[in-house]
Amino acid sequence: MPTYQLNINGESRSIEVSEDTPLLWVLRDHLNLVGTKYGCGIALCGACTIHLDGVAVRSCAMTMAQVGGKSITTIEGLSKDGTHPVQEAWKEVDVPQCGYCQAGQIMTASAFLKDNPDPSEAEIKDAMQGNICRCASYTRIYKAVEIAATKMAK
Amino acid sequence: MKTGTLAGGGLIIGFNLFNACKPNAKPPVNLAELNYNDFNAFIKIADNGAVTIFSPNPEVGQGVKTSMPMIIAEELDVAWKDVYVEQGILDTDNYTRQVAGGSQSIRFGWDALRETGATARQMLINAAAARWGIDPSECTTQEGVISNAAGEKLGYGDVVNEAAALEIPENVTLKEVKDYKIIGTDVTNVDIEKIVKGDPLYGLDYKTEGMVIASVMRPPAFGQKLESFDDTAAKAVDGVLDVIRFEDKIAVLAKDNWSAMKGKKALKAEWKADSKLESTEDHDKLLLGLLDGKKFETLRADGDVKKAFAQADKVLERTYESPFLPHNCLEPMNFYANVTADKIHLVGPIQTPEGTAKNIAELLERDFKDVHLEMTRIGGGFGRRLYGDFAVEAAMISNLAKKPVKVVFSREDDMADGIYRPSIKYRIKAAVKDGKVTGYHLKEAAINSNMYGLIPNFFPAGAIENYQVDVAKYDSNITTGAWRAPYTNFLAFAEQSFFDELAELMEVDKIQLRLDLLQKVKGTTDERIQYSPERMEKVIKTAVEKSGWGTKPEGVYQGFVNYYCHNSHVAEVADVVLENGSPVVKKITCVVDCGIVINPLGALNQIEGGIIDGIGHAMYGDFSFLNGVPQVTNFDKYRLIRMKEVPIVETHLMKNEYSPTGLGEPTLPPAGAAIANAFKAATGKRLYKQPFSKYPDLLQGPEKEIIG
Repeated sequence: MPTYQLNINGESRSIEVSEDTPLLWVLRDHLNLVGTKYGCGIALCGACTIHLDGVAVRSCAMTMAQVGGKSITTIEGLSKDGTHPVQEAWKEVDVPQCGYCQAGQIMTASAFLKDNPDPSEAEIKDAMQGNICRCASYTRIYKAVEIAATKMAK
Repeated sequence: MKTGTLAGGGLIIGFNLFNACKPNAKPPVNLAELNYNDFNAFIKIADNGAVTIFSPNPEVGQGVKTSMPMIIAEELDVAWKDVYVEQGILDTDNYTRQVAGGSQSIRFGWDALRETGATARQMLINAAAARWGIDPSECTTQEGVISNAAGEKLGYGDVVNEAAALEIPENVTLKEVKDYKIIGTDVTNVDIEKIVKGDPLYGLDYKTEGMVIASVMRPPAFGQKLESFDDTAAKAVDGVLDVIRFEDKIAVLAKDNWSAMKGKKALKAEWKADSKLESTEDHDKLLLGLLDGKKFETLRADGDVKKAFAQADKVLERTYESPFLPHNCLEPMNFYANVTADKIHLVGPIQTPEGTAKNIAELLERDFKDVHLEMTRIGGGFGRRLYGDFAVEAAMISNLAKKPVKVVFSREDDMADGIYRPSIKYRIKAAVKDGKVTGYHLKEAAINSNMYGLIPNFFPAGAIENYQVDVAKYDSNITTGAWRAPYTNFLAFAEQSFFDELAELMEVDKIQLRLDLLQKVKGTTDERIQYSPERMEKVIKTAVEKSGWGTKPEGVYQGFVNYYCHNSHVAEVADVVLENGSPVVKKITCVVDCGIVINPLGALNQIEGGIIDGIGHAMYGDFSFLNGVPQVTNFDKYRLIRMKEVPIVETHLMKNEYSPTGLGEPTLPPAGAAIANAFKAATGKRLYKQPFSKYPDLLQGPEKEIIG
């Protein structure tokens, strides 16, 4: 099996996996970073969202070859202590119900707000459209993204 | 309560009470002689006054891990900031009803949780009073500190060891609602910090040394059995450790998830039909046939509906149809089992820990006491995790493999091996005579099982003189079960669409029709009727006021629904506008009477989630079978509601001092009808079948604007 050198949450990690192993399972099973969730395996629910060079991508559909030398950020690396403005906003609004999708929601929102710090309602909804919340905490997700934008503008 | 129970558990109580509370707090497990009312099964108080409360019920996203301990903390009289909440394990000696289902955790727990907190508080007071040599009635408490008239103070932690040795007081006094300091305040989810940081909380995140992953191949069609299989290619996959057949399933065991999934894909299996391979088309004919037929079980019959229809001036009859639905919890089904000679260790997301543990013990011919079950936080339940099939699989595989095993469903497994909301059809017929509703006949035709016994006594039971509920079912080999708000999740749409149409036929005000009917229920002596006409009337009137019913500007179309289920009274008003000729839901105004609200912050989340879930499935939820095979198995073809389809939800909670009732389910059933009634107002077209998106012609506004 080939060996890959991955740059994850600021650390360099060497990993030996079959080349078709999606990044999601490398994170969860090989690196014990289980904050990134499995939901559908076909990049349609957003539960596995991570940042690749700061861009939100679905790790379940990402091969090692696609990752290359790019830098990976997972929910565990978004902040040291859960104080990223998006995480703070999520706490303030008390977004989760079951909570399973929320790491993916937070990763989508944080990448989006970095590129678009002053989004319109339509832009927020567009950005979050790819992430399913089966408990339908959508109204709070929306509100938390709005609050996070204000926090990040400060 | 007996003091003897304390003698049996005294040592452990002392151990628990004096142990540090965070983060390695463990619930007492050997308290065989303690009974349910002993506070130590729930509470641990450290000598620094910090309190650990064990939340006994599974946390499925409904918020009980926060709200149940809030109730204990209120009566114990401690500051919420000093409380640490830990998930209790399955412990049938010390807890009752460790179930997440039927929206009943708070309703059933209300008295016991308050008494538990109050009893503990009284014991601490008694210990302090004994030390001071005064009567306990001379002591007061405030946030974990006991005071006497002389101004002396003792913390709970100071007297906790003495308290544990005291007799358990009976008939403790409970607080009055006006004195609540925690109940009724906004409390953030106790797991919020862990959730936003991505800490391991869920069954899918659970790992132990030596654990292997099992990916299970199950029959591709309902009605098939395993004939033979070839595992040569599967075993050749890197990481695959073993392939084990059990029942009609084949488990591929691997060292990680991806290898297990790949191994399963490489399996070759032959299947044969051993019962009929059913299709949705067959079900539609069969269920309509049942409604047209004469073979029904009558669940309630008042007066004489036949006579009412014979004498009617007008009769309205309509049929409503619903598909199967998968649950699609975002965390796919999974469970960990390690079956060894001395213990069955089970860990994972389950709504029914006790039933599942008993089932597994029986299946493996083991003593129930051998089973140690831990509940993880649950990534969605919606009824699917009432059934422990996935835990049973894990236990069977572990028993055969002699290894710790975690069964993990792929999304495709999860959707194709479901225990679905059954397809159901309703036919409703009403008789109108002299401007009054004189007869009402509800017929249900369902796959596998019919409505539970309370439903025939819901509104309009008691409101119409001649009233009958008849049910019939077709037994299918497709597995079905509870899905959030079973039966009412579709029945509310059928009945409330029907009332909307009935008011149109009678040419009466839609709200007035409902209010008039409710008047007849007031003062009823029929004990089967549990809904309150008075509470429902208030909810309806509040919804009319808060939603601006009938006062909206041109171009805003409204739909009204009131409904009772899970002991709560709800009204919802949908506001719809036409965009590019199609109706779009902009806002739902919701009024809920669920008695005392423990945690408004959590309650609003349940209410909003229930409404949006209800809209989503009414609009898009569709699941069909062809020759026993589910026709969709992932989100490429199965549509769930997403951000852009979500309306604003405005909620109003009725303020009263009734005991709390259900909230995880009651706002879902009315949502589908609220939007359908509003769509009718907007387009002039009425919907009788779900999902609505399947009928685009009915979701088109009139060619020209309706004037006036």
